[in-house]
Amino acid sequence: MGTTASQLAKDSLSEYQSNPFKTRICQVFSTSEDKDGSLTFEDFLDLLSAFSDSATLEIKSHYAFRIFDFDDDGTLDCGDLEKLVNCLTGETEDTRLSSEEMRQLISNILDESDIDKDGTVNLSEFQHVISRSPDFVRFVLLSETF
Amino acid sequence: MAQNVNFDLSHPAVEAGLESPADENVVHDSFSQLIAEQSQNEGLSDAIELQHLQGNPDDDEGRDNVAYLSPSENRGWRIGSDEAAEEDNETQTDSLLKDRWSSATLKILSSMPSRTIGRSRGAIISQYYNRTTELRRRTQKRASIKDFSRSARPSIRGYGVEVDTTDSAEKKQERLVKNLQDLSAVDRMRMLKEMPLNLSEKKDLRRLTLEMTKRTRSSSNLPCCSYLKFQIILALRHSWYSCLSFLHSLQLWQMPLKRVGGRFGSGVLSYFLFLKTLLFFNVFLFLVLGSFLVFPQAVYLPELPESRTPFTGLELLTGGGYFSNTLLYYGYYSNHTLPNCPKNNSTRPECDSRSLSYNMPLAYFFTIGLSFFITCIILVYSMSKSFGQSFRIDKSNGMLAMKVFCSWDFKVIKRSSVKLLSENICTQLKELLGDTHHRLVRNTILDKLIKLLIHGLSWTLCLGATAGCVAGIYCFSDYMHKKQESSENDSEDPGLLNEASLLALPVLVSFINLMLPILFQLTAWMEKYNSPSLRTFVSLSRNLILKVSVLGVLCFHWLKRVAGSANDDKTFKCWESFVGQDLYRFLVIDFIFSLLDTLFGELLWRLFSDKVLKRNRRPGFDIAKNVLDLIYGQTLAWLGLLFTPLLPAVQILKLLLLFYIKMSSVMMNCQAPSRPYRVSQMTTIFITLLCFPSFLGSSVCVTYTMWRLPSSGSCGPFRGNKTMIQAGKQRIAELVDENRSLSFLADAHTYLVENPLFLFVGAAIFLIVIYFQSQVVDGQRKIIALLQEQIENEGEDKKFLITRLQSVHERKRTPARNLTSQLQDSGC
Repeated sequence: MGTTASQLAKDSLSEYQSNPFKTRICQVFSTSEDKDGSLTFEDFLDLLSAFSDSATLEIKSHYAFRIFDFDDDGTLDCGDLEKLVNCLTGETEDTRLSSEEMRQLISNILDESDIDKDGTVNLSEFQHVISRSPDFVRFVLLSETF
Repeated sequence: MAQNVNFDLSHPAVEAGLESPADENVVHDSFSQLIAEQSQNEGLSDAIELQHLQGNPDDDEGRDNVAYLSPSENRGWRIGSDEAAEEDNETQTDSLLKDRWSSATLKILSSMPSRTIGRSRGAIISQYYNRTTELRRRTQKRASIKDFSRSARPSIRGYGVEVDTTDSAEKKQERLVKNLQDLSAVDRMRMLKEMPLNLSEKKDLRRLTLEMTKRTRSSSNLPCCSYLKFQIILALRHSWYSCLSFLHSLQLWQMPLKRVGGRFGSGVLSYFLFLKTLLFFNVFLFLVLGSFLVFPQAVYLPELPESRTPFTGLELLTGGGYFSNTLLYYGYYSNHTLPNCPKNNSTRPECDSRSLSYNMPLAYFFTIGLSFFITCIILVYSMSKSFGQSFRIDKSNGMLAMKVFCSWDFKVIKRSSVKLLSENICTQLKELLGDTHHRLVRNTILDKLIKLLIHGLSWTLCLGATAGCVAGIYCFSDYMHKKQESSENDSEDPGLLNEASLLALPVLVSFINLMLPILFQLTAWMEKYNSPSLRTFVSLSRNLILKVSVLGVLCFHWLKRVAGSANDDKTFKCWESFVGQDLYRFLVIDFIFSLLDTLFGELLWRLFSDKVLKRNRRPGFDIAKNVLDLIYGQTLAWLGLLFTPLLPAVQILKLLLLFYIKMSSVMMNCQAPSRPYRVSQMTTIFITLLCFPSFLGSSVCVTYTMWRLPSSGSCGPFRGNKTMIQAGKQRIAELVDENRSLSFLADAHTYLVENPLFLFVGAAIFLIVIYFQSQVVDGQRKIIALLQEQIENEGEDKKFLITRLQSVHERKRTPARNLTSQLQDSGC
């Protein structure tokens, strides 16, 4: 596949994953200067290590937060949440939520998880929500047939 | 801070009416004066900062999105304006939305610690510096409070936050490395592992830490022997780690499990993991029983009084015939010390005075007891661990945020499964949203009555069907029992047909276990439930009631009828072996019916729906039903442990075959479940079911057998028509007589175990511990509520400060803009 100095472009990974978060995952783990989401060997190792069995809840929640933070500003605001829900529910028309439902959903989410009521979910609040779900660690795992 | 302090009181920022908040006047008189003074000073210090920032006025103004900063909107954000306090609160609860703020405010907002911790490397390093300091202070002796500087606030003394946070990144890293090297090796590895940094940065940190430790270590002169010891310990630890990693790669079935998880998600995977757990239980039982019971008996074979019946293929199903006098069953084991050396002259070579003696009855007694005890401990431990993971202290009211953040299963890679998962999540979200909407909608009385009626009808139907089937099993088993007795009385040699008729009861029971859940599913279709989890619980409890009652009536049949009719002539002369054979038959027939169910339920159904109905939907894999079947099989295996020491081996074979068959069937025929499945909760429930009805029931039956039922007179390790416990006590008394040193065991047994005071004290301590834990949980709930309130107040403070900053900046900007526009006007 190349030497350790070669870069793995974002597109070559998409053949193996139909994960809707694939773009964000590549961007989060990429350390390239061009911001094109390409991964070096160390970045790829980081990716696998963060999604492995032995990564702690701390690491998984940290990286999950960064993946969900679509605009990279350190918090999840309404735009981030909307993009997140659209990624979760899929691309087809009949699975998307209507704008009314989306608005209600986002306001419910902020009601439940925004503790300091500033309109965004920061990392600590996100980790607080995650800690209530026992399934999180089980789900943030990659299959090895990559 | 050598800057020009502008004390011009006619400064526009000061003049723009810095009112104190309206509600403060209600609280304190002197406080409002203080605030008024402070507002004046604040205006000035704002002016200083704004001067600093206004180094590039053009850039600043240019970047501001002027369209959003209209004065009419600003008025709503004036704190302490003429509007009432409630309106203030309303405007304050408007989120700190990005598009209304100026660039200076945006800069400050984006560099707030709560927002940088998620993305900046320096913030992560300083956070972990604080954590390592805390860990150090916890493990080392606590420094006394007078060591700290007086300026530190009392509440944060000892938390290391007096550190100035405006250090450069290198200094922070240096301090973190210094802290890391002071920790123990285990803590250091754990801290490094938990840090969400790049691999290369973690490698750097580790290298720096080890360098410094090597430097400090080599500087001190160790005597050569402890240095050697040190090296040996290091080498051992290194080899232990490499051994562990080798063992990790030998994990059973790793590839198939990953494939199933990738295609079907974590729900179906949990069934296969449960199967693997049961397999390990049975392997453990097999090893214990095999090494302590089967192996010694196999080495010293007893003499067989009767001739063996020839081997026909039917034995594999019925367990009788050729198998009836083998190691498989209880009746084969001898009731004396091995090797059996009669007092008269013996020709056996192992009967020397120097050969090891092995007391078979005692071994049987203690091995069974020990294996049950260890299984109990392992089950309770895994149950409590699983329960602890899923139990949350604070009663959160909402599931929506958790569902959105935690429901994406990253394991799934197949495109169609991803699509299904998205549909699933969409349905769940819509359902939850609909719930919150319609919670207030009240059903009419008629609706409620009809719903109640339907529920009552379906419950009556299910319970009635269960009761009818249980009564049928009772009568049929009675009939079979009488037929068996009469047939044994009539003829010497039971024919093949007779052997095959023994299979009738197991076939009937397995058939009921297969058909009745289908009936339950049909009745569940006509009912309407409020939530899908309620539906799952109802179906699970119905299936459980069926299986528990079937097993109950079977235990009654074995322990009361079969054991009760044992006497020394032909009929049931060895009732334990007969019960063991019955259990073997049940296990094998259960396996065959699972195969049939997989064949018909999954393969043929898929072919049918593909070819005939031409639908694209494949059958789903019913996780709950399959797990209950596994639990039922394991209960049978535990019940039969006393009567058939080799039953774990049969169960191991069965589980291995079942794994491969179910795996291939699922991959070929099924699709991912279309209904939501809460993995952790269901896994906890299944482990609890394995522990409570299943294991508890079988251990109660075994205890009852050992305690109350007289063992048969002519076979097995406990011959003599006494109960097994009496026989065991007699053996122990004999052993104690031979060996005076073991008498303390007998005394301990009399004074501790049989003394009721001991049990009372133990129960009292247990209850006290439970009470304490519940009080602790209560206290923690109260603290969580208080802290949440505190965080909300801090959030209000933050909003206040940001909006003040913004309003002051605007007041500063607007006259400047007026000035420039005036200049432009005058210029034209």
